[in-house]
Amino acid sequence: MDALILQTLNGLDKGSAYALIALGLTIIFGTLGVVNFAHGTLFMLGAFCAVTLQRIIGISETIIDPTKKDFLGNPLKVEVPYLQAWFGHDTAAAITNWSVPLSLLLTVPVMVGIGVVMERGLIKHFYKRSHADQILVTFGLAIVLQEVIKHFFGANPIPTPAPAEFAGSIDFGTMLGFPPNAIVYPYWRMIYFLFSLFVIGGVFAFLQFTTFGMVVRAGMADRETVGLLGINIDRRFTFMFGLAAVVAGTAGAMYTPINSPNFHMGMDFLVLSFVVVVVGGMGSLPGAVLSGFLLGILESYASMNWIKDIIPGIDQIIIYVIAIVVLLTRPRGLMGRKGVMED
Amino acid sequence: MIKSELTRRGLLKTGAVAGAGLALPTIFTARANAFTNEPKADTVTFGFTVPQTGPYADEGADELKAFTLAVKHLNGEGDGGMLSSFSSKALNGAGILGKKVAFVSGDTQTKPDAARAAAKSMIEKDGAIMISGCSSSAVAIALQALCQEAGLINMVGLSHSNDTTGKDKKRNGFRHFFNAYMSAAALAPVLKTMYGSDRAAYHLTADYSWGWTQQASMQAATEALGWKTVANVLTPLAATDFSSYIAPVLSSGADVLVLNHYGANMVNSLTQAVQFGLRDKMVNGKQFEIVVPLISELMAKGAGANIKGIPGSSNWNWKLTDAGTKAFVQSYGKEYGAPPSQAAQTCYAQVLLYADAVARAKSFNPCAVVEALEGYKFDGLGNGPTEYRAADHQCIKDCLVVKGKETPDNQFDTLEIVQVTPASEVTYAPDNKMFAGGDLGQCNPGA
Repeated sequence: MDALILQTLNGLDKGSAYALIALGLTIIFGTLGVVNFAHGTLFMLGAFCAVTLQRIIGISETIIDPTKKDFLGNPLKVEVPYLQAWFGHDTAAAITNWSVPLSLLLTVPVMVGIGVVMERGLIKHFYKRSHADQILVTFGLAIVLQEVIKHFFGANPIPTPAPAEFAGSIDFGTMLGFPPNAIVYPYWRMIYFLFSLFVIGGVFAFLQFTTFGMVVRAGMADRETVGLLGINIDRRFTFMFGLAAVVAGTAGAMYTPINSPNFHMGMDFLVLSFVVVVVGGMGSLPGAVLSGFLLGILESYASMNWIKDIIPGIDQIIIYVIAIVVLLTRPRGLMGRKGVMED
Repeated sequence: MIKSELTRRGLLKTGAVAGAGLALPTIFTARANAFTNEPKADTVTFGFTVPQTGPYADEGADELKAFTLAVKHLNGEGDGGMLSSFSSKALNGAGILGKKVAFVSGDTQTKPDAARAAAKSMIEKDGAIMISGCSSSAVAIALQALCQEAGLINMVGLSHSNDTTGKDKKRNGFRHFFNAYMSAAALAPVLKTMYGSDRAAYHLTADYSWGWTQQASMQAATEALGWKTVANVLTPLAATDFSSYIAPVLSSGADVLVLNHYGANMVNSLTQAVQFGLRDKMVNGKQFEIVVPLISELMAKGAGANIKGIPGSSNWNWKLTDAGTKAFVQSYGKEYGAPPSQAAQTCYAQVLLYADAVARAKSFNPCAVVEALEGYKFDGLGNGPTEYRAADHQCIKDCLVVKGKETPDNQFDTLEIVQVTPASEVTYAPDNKMFAGGDLGQCNPGA
């Protein structure tokens, strides 16, 4: 029982990332009808916003310390961050410690900018083209963007720690009456799960309870009729592309303490996120979220030792097995709508 | 108007003549060469296959720097590095046998098929005479087999699996780096001193050749101390999130986690193990501990503060004080502004050893090089007195037990040397059961 609870918790943070990426993918597909293979890259770019802020905070002046030697026997060069020189050690240390949450302040405007430029500059030219063309161009864009990141940041994962206050883990087991260490869960993963619920709730509330959201939903259901009413639905859809980019980007930035970011992380999530969208149902926002968490949790269950003893390697294929089963039994996915991606 | 008189018979005749014409130069070339890619011009080309992407990209970047430096030194540029400390004086900084050394490099992507494709291109298009470099034993084994077939020497880069010089050893392949068995043999006595002999270990193991042999070696060595093995869980090489593998560790009854992971795998799994608070827990009345059997300076840097106090083994460390290490650290440090990693040292040494063997054999013929390297004893390359054992082409030498440094003096001060374990304590018979099943076979000069 404790193992099941533990893997359920574990699946929640994976599911959070899947759900946030799939949510953005579905927003773009539902509004613009574009299959965006560059969406995983937006997740990666968000993560690198956190890395960039970490680098900015760490910009230093070099001071020679003649009392110490470096590995070559020369006087030691000591890097003193400008932040420390300007605001003192304690403030600089606090800002450095909280750099990941603070990076959201950078991530949001950057991702809005990237989203709008990407949509206006490239993707709008492919609205009326086939899905195959859209996939090719967005996949190409994804490769270009990740190579740009690789050029500037290198190919290696970059450690991006969570604030020290959230280091370590909470022993849920003892709260539930289990022996100590039976159900241990890291604080930051819990924060990430709560963050994803906040973002998902915010997006749904925005679409459900604002006039802007209502128009967008109407446009998703019947774009032509909304256009005939004199509403510039294209502009709203461009905004939604920016919003989807922000959702993916902030998801990436907050994910960095869980897994050190590297240029390829977007691709690692992309295929899984498309499976999540297909299982949830193309164009269904609740379906994307439900499917994201469901697949995250099932993936965690599949990595339990006794399950792998019965079916070796199941943890690597479980998501695809579920996708096959769902598509055979419910061809439109769990919450898919009739007429979406159907001739 | 031009009228075509092309007939089926005519086309066949023309095709046969053209085919024979195209084939002729190849036949002549094959007969003219005594061995694959025999250098005719005044330049000889090395092929360096290093991972520039994938979980071992850090090591790959350092390997390429070391290769570049070694080629410079062979050509008489720079300060000469370890040429001054190397016990053999066959190299004089004027290239090899009067030929200037050039090189080509390619990305293995930490994948055997990509590595083979890169090496094949180097052999067929660039005329490489020797292939070196890699950070994965799966890649090393694939490249070693390719070079054996093609008739080239493969100076293996960073490969730590027992299989490389065990069941998959090849006559044309040579490994300078130590192996999983030697790591476990060096590490086990230190683990006994640090953690006692009543421990229960849980292994997370990279699911490929190196991980399997590293785990088997560690299990055998620690069980010989009296430790129990609770579980061994295989993890995919491409994995980045190890949380679902780490989560069950604490409730398994284990009080030691052995991470048979390397490169970014280890950085991620260690970071996540620390996130789960493993190092803060008491299990079975003892402090929970983490062991990383193979540690590099680059991994320690990537893991940051999480590496502090974690024991492991290394092939070499820049803090050693022998003349070879000092010369290499000075040379590499001046060139790149950071001390070299163990990956850099082994690759640098391999290039020098190959060049030296050619110079001593006075031939680039792979079979002459094999003869020059088999049983060759040398010193001055940073690992103390070393022998390229003839029976399996494994370098037998001292190896290090290291530990993540608790209070680093600077950004490069990540590991401290716990002890230098002498070669006599880590050596083994070539037919040891962990290395059984392979055969060096015959030398293949190709062509």
